[in-house]
Amino acid sequence: MGTAEGTATGARVSPRLGDNYLTHTRGFASWALTLDHKRIGVMYLVAILTAFLLGGVAALLVRTELIARGPTIMGADAYNKMFTLHGAAMVFLFIIPGIPAALGNFVLPLMLGAKDVAFPRLNLMSFWLWVVGALFAIGAVVAGGVDTGWTFYTPYSTTTNTNVIATTFGAFILGFSSIFTGMNFIVTIHKLRPVGMTWFKMPLFLWSLYGTAMIQVLATPVLAITLLLLIAERALKVGIFDPALGGDPVLYQHFFWFYSHPAVYIMILPAMGIISEVISVHARKHIFGYRFIALSSIAIAVLGFLVWGHHMFVSGQSGMANAIFSVLTFSVAIPSAIKVFNWLATLYKGDIRLSTAMIYGLMFLVTFGIGGLTGLHLGALAVDVHLHDTYFVVAHFHYVMFGGTVVALLAGLHHWWPKMFGVMFDERLGRIAAALIFVGFNTTFFTQFVMGSHGMPRRYYDYVPQFDLYHQISTIGSYVMAAGFFLIAYYLILSLVRGKRAPMNPWGGNSLEWHTPSPPPHDNFSETPVAEDPYDYGKLVYDPAKGGFASRSYEGAGAS
Amino acid sequence: MSHAEHPPYLQHHFETAEQQFDAGKLGIWLFLATEILLFGGLFCAYAIYRANHPEIFVYAHHYLDKTLGGTNTVILLCSSLTMAWAVRASQLGQRKLLVLLLVLTLLGGAGFMGIKYVEYQQKWKHGLLPGAHFAPHDEGIEAAAPEKPIAPLAGGGADRTTIPPSAEGPAGTVPPASADLSLREGPTRRPSNVQIFFSIYFLMTGLHGIHVLVGMIAIGWILVRSLRGHFGPDYFTPVDFVGLYWHLVDLIWIFLFPLLYLIG
Repeated sequence: MGTAEGTATGARVSPRLGDNYLTHTRGFASWALTLDHKRIGVMYLVAILTAFLLGGVAALLVRTELIARGPTIMGADAYNKMFTLHGAAMVFLFIIPGIPAALGNFVLPLMLGAKDVAFPRLNLMSFWLWVVGALFAIGAVVAGGVDTGWTFYTPYSTTTNTNVIATTFGAFILGFSSIFTGMNFIVTIHKLRPVGMTWFKMPLFLWSLYGTAMIQVLATPVLAITLLLLIAERALKVGIFDPALGGDPVLYQHFFWFYSHPAVYIMILPAMGIISEVISVHARKHIFGYRFIALSSIAIAVLGFLVWGHHMFVSGQSGMANAIFSVLTFSVAIPSAIKVFNWLATLYKGDIRLSTAMIYGLMFLVTFGIGGLTGLHLGALAVDVHLHDTYFVVAHFHYVMFGGTVVALLAGLHHWWPKMFGVMFDERLGRIAAALIFVGFNTTFFTQFVMGSHGMPRRYYDYVPQFDLYHQISTIGSYVMAAGFFLIAYYLILSLVRGKRAPMNPWGGNSLEWHTPSPPPHDNFSETPVAEDPYDYGKLVYDPAKGGFASRSYEGAGAS
Repeated sequence: MSHAEHPPYLQHHFETAEQQFDAGKLGIWLFLATEILLFGGLFCAYAIYRANHPEIFVYAHHYLDKTLGGTNTVILLCSSLTMAWAVRASQLGQRKLLVLLLVLTLLGGAGFMGIKYVEYQQKWKHGLLPGAHFAPHDEGIEAAAPEKPIAPLAGGGADRTTIPPSAEGPAGTVPPASADLSLREGPTRRPSNVQIFFSIYFLMTGLHGIHVLVGMIAIGWILVRSLRGHFGPDYFTPVDFVGLYWHLVDLIWIFLFPLLYLIG
């Protein structure tokens, strides 16, 4: 594929890394209008990490406010706006697009040996819709904030005088960004697989992205109409959700959770896909139970649509509906546990290498395990009446979303960082940062399980003396976690400036993205690769001269 | 494989035109699925309120104009025919026929929106507006009023609401609305919360109307392209896909018309 375009720009090649997708063309427009899935992935990565910083700062301010009883650094109204900002930014701007749009965009076509996703223009549009949606949401904050919490429950959201319309319209636009990414991934996986890659020979990350994309396409439109109705409710007073006009506020909760419960599987499924890759590659062992992991992704995606009612156990649902939703909620644990046990079986007798990516992979098993099991407490009807709207829910949610998704995002980021930017980061600092995050995270949120089971309600500005110690420990934990993130930011940025050149295959992975240079060229592959078993590491041997792995057959061919 | 062999419409990341067409086809069907789910929320709201308050729907639907709604149904069905025919014409390379059929389809869309405008204007004039803006008044309303008196609701039966009046209900936050809304006495007494019907009517037909407008823009776009001779037996993808979208918009109306206009 040495096209005329390639040689023309070859003259402007950076001396450090040679011609690749990063150096292929230059200038702002070459990024802002790029159709290259790798560049769009990198732009998404920068965007979502910026949102993570915003949401993270809000979280630290919330925790700081809660370190002592009474007003500490802000008033009650500011506090309400701050936790809404934290929730909305983290959910809509960071964690839903996070793994699929940033890492998925970069890796998916590479894993398929394809040149791009099926609809590159739609992909670019998805990114810019994210930007527009984010500007709406952030604009609403600048213009005075929103104090409804990220769930925008009626009737409060239709009566508060804060900027609900701008924020929900932002979330509406972000929804379309998510739908377009999902459509793109489904079509790409269906239509652009290479010769020899049947469905059951795909890397498991692709299965999880496929399940995620199904949810994005099928659930997000319902959020879109819900938010439109909420906007119509506020702007035109149509009364669908307003009891004063004959409407039903619980209908809003049903509509909202019909999307937002599947949405938590949008958040966790791609994370599970990353863990499948990272654990297998860094344990140098073929993934155990491939078909079960693959199909459990689809099972989670399907079951995820049937459990939304478990958010309304105390909202006046019928006892029968509660019982059915409770049973269905328990059933989600089955495919999740299938995955966890298969990962453990993959680790068993593996050649485990404690690289930073693998440390996050192992951390995921612990923290996601706690998060998943505490979900069963909340799915049980009688227990939920006690735990509903307490810090127990907050802790469960953060164990799944942070201990699951963010930890997996960090695993994937460290796993694919050399591929994305062609440089190695400082593994020693990486391990230290991982330790800080593990300790800080558990300190912050395990205390919240205890607080919640003792009855501390979520979202409260103030609390009784009984909870003093827990809140103090929790806040200190959040500072430790923040220190870990600043350390990560430091060594990753440092690696871009003066990191060691990354080899083609630093970890010894066998999926197709490791069969092209780091960073990949503009067209991804110099020749269309042939797919083989992505988890067969038998042919790869470590080459100290390269600092990475190379195919044994390749070396054999060179020697003979 | 040299680039010279590639037809101009084939994007570089596809191997063949068939692969590109198939990918696009799957993409447009997924998009249509999202559209159905978008409307699905409104259909769901319709089902819930109709099941809980059948008397509101039976009462209020008499204020919709069946003749205008029926005419619009016929217009949209005809425009779907011309659209389907247009896809066929583009496949056979009949360029003049393609342009004619697209113009006819566009006129169908415009006719639909024109009639919709007349209907909306009548509702506006009579104060039959959604939610808090609902303020019916009598002048001229006889024209749209039911031909025969509606049976009194007091006797119960299938049309009786299944929800207790809000003042008696568990929430009990709302004053009984019937007192100030009972504009008509006797057999045609208005049930309370009629505004819910008009909220749903305007939301559903409004969102549908927006989709008709978007469809007309898309048809306008392929009309311009077909005037430039872009389409033929080798490449008719946009005509095909816009056609699918237009059929979906038509199909949604096929459900909206009986659900809103032909109750009871």
